[in-house]
Amino acid sequence: MTSEKEIVIKTDNLTKKFGDFIAANEITFEVFKGEIFGFLGANGAGKTTAMKMLIGISKPSSGKATIAGFDVYKETEKIKKSIGYMSQKFSLYEDLTINENIQLFGGIYGLSDDEIEKRRSELINKLNLQNEADKLVGSLPLGWKQKLAFSIAIFHTPKIVFLDEPTGGVDPITRRQFWDMIYEASHNGITVFVTTHYMDEAEYCDRVSIMVDGVIKALDSPAELKKQFKANSMDEVFLMLARDAKRGE
Amino acid sequence: MKQLITFIKKEFHHILRDTRSMLVLIGLPIVQLLIFGFAITTEVRNANIAVLDNSKDEVTQGIITKIESSQYFDIDRSITSNDQIEKAFKSGKIKLAVIFQPNFQNELSHSNKAQLQIIADATDPNQATTLTNYLSSIVRDYQNELNRQNKLPYTINTETRMLYNPQLKGAYTSVPGVMGMILLLISAMMTSIAIVREKELGTMEILLVSPMKPWLVVISKVIPYFIISLINVATILILSVFVLGLPIEGSLFLLIASTVIYIFCALSLGILISTVTETQQAAMLISLLGLMLPVVMLSGYAFPIANMPTILQILSNLVPAKWYIIIIKNVMIKGIGIEQIWKELLILLAMTGTFLIISIKRFKIRL
Repeated sequence: MTSEKEIVIKTDNLTKKFGDFIAANEITFEVFKGEIFGFLGANGAGKTTAMKMLIGISKPSSGKATIAGFDVYKETEKIKKSIGYMSQKFSLYEDLTINENIQLFGGIYGLSDDEIEKRRSELINKLNLQNEADKLVGSLPLGWKQKLAFSIAIFHTPKIVFLDEPTGGVDPITRRQFWDMIYEASHNGITVFVTTHYMDEAEYCDRVSIMVDGVIKALDSPAELKKQFKANSMDEVFLMLARDAKRGE
Repeated sequence: MKQLITFIKKEFHHILRDTRSMLVLIGLPIVQLLIFGFAITTEVRNANIAVLDNSKDEVTQGIITKIESSQYFDIDRSITSNDQIEKAFKSGKIKLAVIFQPNFQNELSHSNKAQLQIIADATDPNQATTLTNYLSSIVRDYQNELNRQNKLPYTINTETRMLYNPQLKGAYTSVPGVMGMILLLISAMMTSIAIVREKELGTMEILLVSPMKPWLVVISKVIPYFIISLINVATILILSVFVLGLPIEGSLFLLIASTVIYIFCALSLGILISTVTETQQAAMLISLLGLMLPVVMLSGYAFPIANMPTILQILSNLVPAKWYIIIIKNVMIKGIGIEQIWKELLILLAMTGTFLIISIKRFKIRL
């Protein structure tokens, strides 16, 4: 990875305080276009807080950051148009059908009716959901829901997609399929910023950062990190760093 | 604009797919109105009474016929003595007894005075008062007819007129009350639940990350409930005019315009509730306890405000339903125009504004 690449996320000493509590402490990193960037950390390490600042729903206390070239303080509206987001909680409307969910989110992101229809039929065919397209999302199995949620998060072809623990509670096969979709998105030039608890998933990322107690303790490709910490797996790397954590569950 | 329409469509999907809630939303006002209009009412019909006629003359017969022909009383003919009356009262068979003195007509024509005793079962004081009032007015009516024929001097007639509601119909208080309650409940509770639901499900986060403006989200939540409220207003008014026989004396336009203002007030209260709660249950609880109780107790709908302790009287000013019920009573029943209700309308508008300003402040803090 070299700096010749186009930078899509850049943070400089980004900090978020809640009273005396420093949830995210002077975070500095860069993410490049088309990269799969793993954002790891134990519970309470400040991952979600950091991510919320990046997607524009939480104002940083200090520091700088640009997302897709837009400032997180002043240009949140422009940022919102250039990113996609999939939250921890399953975030489609269960009492709407698959088609209605697609049309709704297409409409929210301002796509034209023709465009929505074109992409919708492509998506339904790709996910093999022809027979389910008019069924309520609530009736789908969890794995399908997650795949659908991801597809809808990138439906408007954002520059960056933020995934907050997207594969929680999903079986290994579906997780594998889910990661195939992430690779495909990354191949199509969408930058993927993903938080996860699963260390095997960390191995799939181009680069990972590991956050402990609000601070980024390590940032490199999985191979480099394993070399640096003389570990066999990302799991070991993570344990070495997170062992001293004071916060968390 | 397209965003807004797409989103409103989605809200209607939510509402229409939830058949049970939909039925409650549309059915509740109808049920409430009918219950309060027919069942829970201070008016009494077909009350069983006993008549003990110790005189059996032209005048007493005339009065008895008049009593009988009214829809309020059914005379129990089997009762013919004082003892039986007492028994009938104890067993609850009759609510009221009328006893004519012997030589009723003679006394009346010679001394211009005759005694008629009314005994009422006052275990239910309200009912007893209502019944004796009905009966007295029947007797008074008869007396007036007599006087017209005889031109008797020195007879003083008291005449009571029940203004605006001559038949003392319960619907006159229940319709404004039900409107005040239902509109507040549907608009405030349902909007707050609908907004909080998105928070609870996590979809609110997705919407906040999307380019959709937060106020657009709120507006598109509010519009469907606004429409449902209007449907409810229509059904309540149609029912009250055609089923409960309540007239709309004043301007229909003014009535609907002030109702729209009240709905806005309730909707903004719902938005306010949604900004202070995180779960649907909490939103529902706050709406029910925080809105229902004051509306029932302090709006002047169930209990007259003038009779309350001063503190409650002051508190009642904070209840939007109080002002709305005043407006509706004035416009609908008394037929009064805007010149008499502009103050109340202004108060409702001021409340709406206050709720919205607090909501916007709270909304920003949350982001």
